[in-house]
Parts: sequence; structure tokens; C-alpha cells
Amino acid sequence: MNTQWLTKEFGLCMALAVSILLLMVFMGSAYGIRVLVEASCYAIIALGLTIQWGYAGLFNAGIMGFVAIGGFSAMLLTFPVNQGFWSSDQASDLGQAFLKLLGAVVIVWAVVQLRRLSVPRSIRLPLLLITLAVAYLWVVNGFAPVTQAIVSQHGFIGGFGMPVWVGWLVGGILAGTVAYFIGHICLGLRSDYLAIATLGVAEIIKAFLKNSEWLTRGTLTVSPLPWPVPSAGEVGFITARALYLSVTAVLIAIIFYLLHAAYKGPWGRMMRAIRDNELSSAAMGKDVNQRRLEVFILGCILMGIGGAGLATFNGIFDPNGYLPLHHTFLIWVMVILGGPGNNLGTLFGAVFVYVIWIMSEPVALFILNTVSYFGNLWFAWEAPSDFASRALQARVFSIGLIITLVLRYAPKGLFPEKVQQYS
Amino acid sequence: MNEFVFFINNVLISGVVIGSIYALGAVGITLIFSILRFAHFAHADLMTLGAFFAFFLTALFPAIGPALGLPTAFVMLPLAMGLTALTAVYLDKAFYKPLRAQGVKPIVLVMASLGVTLMLQGLIRMFMGTSSRNLYIDDRKGIHRIDVPFELANRPIVITDPQILLILFLVVAVIALHLFLTRSKLGKAMRAMSDNPDLARVSGINTQKVVTVTWIIAGSLAAAAGTLLSLDVSLKPDLSFMLLLPIFAAAIVGGVGHPYGALAGGFVIGFAETLSVFNWAVLLRPFRDQLWFDLPANLAFVPTEYKITVPFFILLAILVWRPTGLFKGKVL
Repeated sequence: MNTQWLTKEFGLCMALAVSILLLMVFMGSAYGIRVLVEASCYAIIALGLTIQWGYAGLFNAGIMGFVAIGGFSAMLLTFPVNQGFWSSDQASDLGQAFLKLLGAVVIVWAVVQLRRLSVPRSIRLPLLLITLAVAYLWVVNGFAPVTQAIVSQHGFIGGFGMPVWVGWLVGGILAGTVAYFIGHICLGLRSDYLAIATLGVAEIIKAFLKNSEWLTRGTLTVSPLPWPVPSAGEVGFITARALYLSVTAVLIAIIFYLLHAAYKGPWGRMMRAIRDNELSSAAMGKDVNQRRLEVFILGCILMGIGGAGLATFNGIFDPNGYLPLHHTFLIWVMVILGGPGNNLGTLFGAVFVYVIWIMSEPVALFILNTVSYFGNLWFAWEAPSDFASRALQARVFSIGLIITLVLRYAPKGLFPEKVQQYS
Repeated sequence: MNEFVFFINNVLISGVVIGSIYALGAVGITLIFSILRFAHFAHADLMTLGAFFAFFLTALFPAIGPALGLPTAFVMLPLAMGLTALTAVYLDKAFYKPLRAQGVKPIVLVMASLGVTLMLQGLIRMFMGTSSRNLYIDDRKGIHRIDVPFELANRPIVITDPQILLILFLVVAVIALHLFLTRSKLGKAMRAMSDNPDLARVSGINTQKVVTVTWIIAGSLAAAAGTLLSLDVSLKPDLSFMLLLPIFAAAIVGGVGHPYGALAGGFVIGFAETLSVFNWAVLLRPFRDQLWFDLPANLAFVPTEYKITVPFFILLAILVWRPTGLFKGKVL
């Protein structure tokens, strides 16, 4: 029994290694290493999802939002300081706007605290709503002129010029903070609500990053982001990317070790117990919602770090580049195909799916060109002008098809979670 | 008075229109939620699919509408609804029923429905491209300008044909649904199954039939909503994406498993959206001289690009304060 599983996993890993070698040979090693680095960043994100879905059964439909937060934080903290902005009046104006925000928060908090003075609810509620509306408009109208001035005079506020690892760490922390608020509201309720809420929060984060031009330059994008290792200009493409790959590989090794220890430890056993039978674990005295919140935040922290790594590697922060298909559903496919709850399977799934995903574009275009060439030659068939862009939608279709097929025919994935038996 | 007419046009009429669309979608969501017990993420894509069926039929028979004096796509609506209902039933047979038979957790069904969403989106964009289209092919959109009988108002209230048809359709659909759910045997069986599926099964209700009927109702209402919305604005393949969050919010605000609640929830979300993006400075402008503060040019609560935050925050608020929804739906 044991050796049987070993051969299957071993065979799959060998097949993956061969396909990566083929990729390197055909597309050049610089391209191959680039794919591997991106796959390793996706693997960190996928590890975040596998603990949410595989360990605890939480459905996160808004991975894109947490990935985007990570990318944003990597941009804001590591991008060189914009001296022009900090030495101008706008810096203090922006500070004043933030003070207004703080003041508004304090006032609203004070109104909420009126309950301690036993003010009746019929007075408190309208008062709270009116205060909220007024404070909100006051803050918004405080920010509007400042941010407009920043955009028109300096472009955006620039970064903080900190080391790259700070940006990645803060990316994780920011993503975790957002996850805390969402999880705190939704985790006590039915699991579907978390899916709906995360789907919404991802869109809102994207809308915010896209429209806050003073903070992120919006659609103008920010580049180049500094690297944690010597860049391609200094040591050449292959060396630079290989160095970057070693950084992400070490990161994955650390995360992998920690997750594995957690999975095997009492915490992991408790998580699986909650996932498999919520009622009995609650009866055993486990605080189900608190544990779920823990694992949800932890997963989102990993997503933030992975997203930061991805943005830094690409060297560009582009809020429009975050798409649900690339940053949510692709990761879903990696996890459920690889084997939710099995860290090795998730790693395998991430690299495997990403290689296929990257290769599908040139292969699909090649097939398309052949089809339209012979179609024209033999049947005088004129391909529509947006044929290529339409045909790329086939990827959307196939991702959806893979999700439904895997769920139906291989719900445990290629590397099923090994259930430990204690006898 | 012009400011008031502006308010009617931009808040009342557009709130009713978008609220009706959300309500039609949310009724389907809430029925599926309560009978099949999962959040059906592909619902907004059923709307888009229905609109595309209507587009095909309109392109096939463009002359029917002008002959009857109605928009062609509206004449074709029953056919499009039927096709979409059929698609919904077969989607269930192909993708959800096998999973239900395996006895998986509801959340796996939610995932499968996301997979179906992607498949439908991919198919629609593959065949129709990504550009937006007009559902009026051989006829033109009728626009009615109603003059207000006041001295100071010289701007008319504007309402279009599709908006009138949408409101009429909603009224008819609600009455029909009400009669179906309360008077017919099948409708009572649906309500029984939504209250307690096990009890319904042991009391001899044909649950398979109930499931099929649920998909037929949800699919045809979704098709109607999609078609009428695309008639009013335009037919876009990414229509569904903007609709998904609001219709879920509407279903949850109204209380899951509560068709009338979903109706109310749709209007709550629709009006909340239009009220929050409305520029209140317009209404205050006549009283400019009496105000103690300078009137800013733009006094909207939410800039238009953040419109999607409105249903989201309503959803969060209702989940915090009243997870059962306004009308005491199920605590699933």
C-alpha cells in the first residue's frame, strides 16, 4: 500500500521535472527560470489556500484581493522615496487629512460609547447614523483636494524606500488584517457567506487600488520595483532570476516546514477535526469560530506574501493586472488538482498547473493560426478579426471545466491527503 | 423644480429599474439557496446567457417586433426564458446532481457553481466576442418624455419602453409566482421542501420534480432580468460580473428562502445604490443662500467607480446585525 502511493507520487514528480526540462530546452533557460519563479510565488499563495480549504474547509473566493494587497504593500514600502512630494506642502496637507480621519473615528467611537451613559437606543441609533454620514462627508471632502493636488503636481506620494523583505512582511500583515475583519463577520455564519463576502472584498480592494491615484498611480502603474537580489542589469538575466528563485525557494522551504509541523501537531489535528465534524469538535470544547479565524488569517498572510513576491519579481505594480481568473481561479485549480490538505500535492499542483497555463497561450495561438490558415486555404473561410482574443477565452472555459471535473471525479486531487490511522 | 425632476429621473426611476433587475435575480438565488441549499454563483451568468438567447432570436426574426409594436427582444422573451430554463435544468443534471448524489458538503457545490460560471463566461465570450451589442436590431428604443405640470419645471421626466416593460413584467411575475407558491400543489411542495427536505421526502413529495421546477423558475426569471436589462442599456458579456454581488446581497438582505424578501431586498439594494451615487448638492442648490456652509460641487456619498461597495457594505451590515435578513429567513 505504502510503496504504491510512493511510485505514483514519484512518477508525477518525475513527469513534472521532465516537462520543466523540456520547457527550458525549447523556450530558453532564462524564460524557464522566469516561469519557475512565478510558479514559486503562486506556490506560496496556493499554500495559503490549502490551509484554508484543505485544513479547515474555508472557501475563499477572493484570493485576488489579498494577492493585490501584497503587491501594493511591496510597491508602497520598497519604491524609492518621492522627495518632491515630501518636501512640498502637500505632505502636511495629507497629514491633516489623516488627522481628520482620526478625529472622525474618535467622534464615531464616542457616539457608540453613549450606550454606557444609558442613552436610549431610539436616540443613539439616529444619532449614530447622522454622525456617520456627516463625519464621512467631512473626511471625504478633506481628502479630495489634497489627493487631487498630489496627483496633478507630483504624480503620487511615492514609496518609503525600505528593504524588500519589509514590504513582503507588511504585505502579509495587511492581508491578514483585512482577513481578520472579513472573517470576524462571516465565519460564525454559513460557509457560503464567506465565499460571497471574499468575492466582494476582492473587487473592492481592486477598485480602491485602481482609483486611488495619489497612492498607487492607478492605471499608470508603478515600475520598476527594487529586487531583493542583484537585478538583471548587474549580473545578467539568468543569474538574477536564479538568485530570485533561490530566495523564493528558501521561503517556500521555511513555510513548508512550519506548515508540516503544524499539520502533524495538535493544532493540525484539531483543525481537521473541526473540518470533518464541526459539531463533535464543538462538543469537545473547541472554539470553532476562533480556530477558523486563525487559519483564515494565516492563509491570507501567506497569500499577501506570495502576492508581494509576484509583484516584486514582475517589477511592476499594475492594479488592472489583477484578474479573478489569474489570481483566484487558477490558484483554486492548483490546490484542488494537487490535493487539498496535502502540502506536497499543493506544491506539485502549483508548478504543474502554472507550467501548463503558461504554455497554453503559445500552443493555442499556434493551433489557431494553423486552423485559420487551412480554413482560408481549403474553404475560403475568413477568420473574424478578434479570433485570437476570442480563442483565448477557451482558457476560461477549460479552467471552469477542470474545476467541475476534478470535483466530481477526483475530489481528493492527484496527491490525496493521507489520513493517519492510530490504532 | 428642475432639481426635483432630476431627482426623479436619477433616483426614483433608475432605482426602480435596477431594483427590479436585482429582485428578479435574487428571487432565483433565494429559491435555489433554500431548496438546494447552496449559493449558486452561476446565476448571474444565466442572466447573460438568457440575454444572448434573446439576442440570437432577435437577429433571426428581426421583423416580428415592429409588426406587433413591441421591441423584438421582448416578443422573443418567452422563448429565451424557455431556452435558459432548459439550460439550467441540464446544467444541474450534468454538474450539480452527481455531486449531490455523492453527498458532498454544500460548499463543494458552491465551488462547482464557480466552475460553471467560468465555463458559461468562456463559452459566451468565445462565440460572441467581448464587445458590447445592442439588442435593438431593426427597431428603435422608444423614449417617453413626460412634461411636469408645474410652472418652474421645464425638463421632462424620461422613461423608456424597456423600463416600462420591465416594471410590468415584474408585477406579472410576482403575482404569478405568488399564486404558484400558495395555490398549486407543486408550489406547496416547494415550500415544504424548503422548510424541511427530509420531512418533505418522507411525506411522498417527488423531490426531483421540485428541484427541476426550481431550476425552471430560477432560469426563466434570470433570462428575463438579463434580457430586460440589456434592452435598457446594452448587452455586454461581462454583465454578470457587475450583478453577482448585488443579487446575493439582495437575497441575503431579504432573508434566504423568502421570495418576497428577495423582492424587497432587490429594491433596498437598488435604491441604496442610486441614492448613494446621487449628487445631493443638486437638491440643496436652490437653498444655497440659506445654508451656513459652502456647498461643495459634489456631495455624493459614493463616487460612481465605488458603486460596488454599496451592496457589499449592506451585506456586511446585515450579516452583523441580522443574519436572518429583514424578513426572518432561514439561519442556514
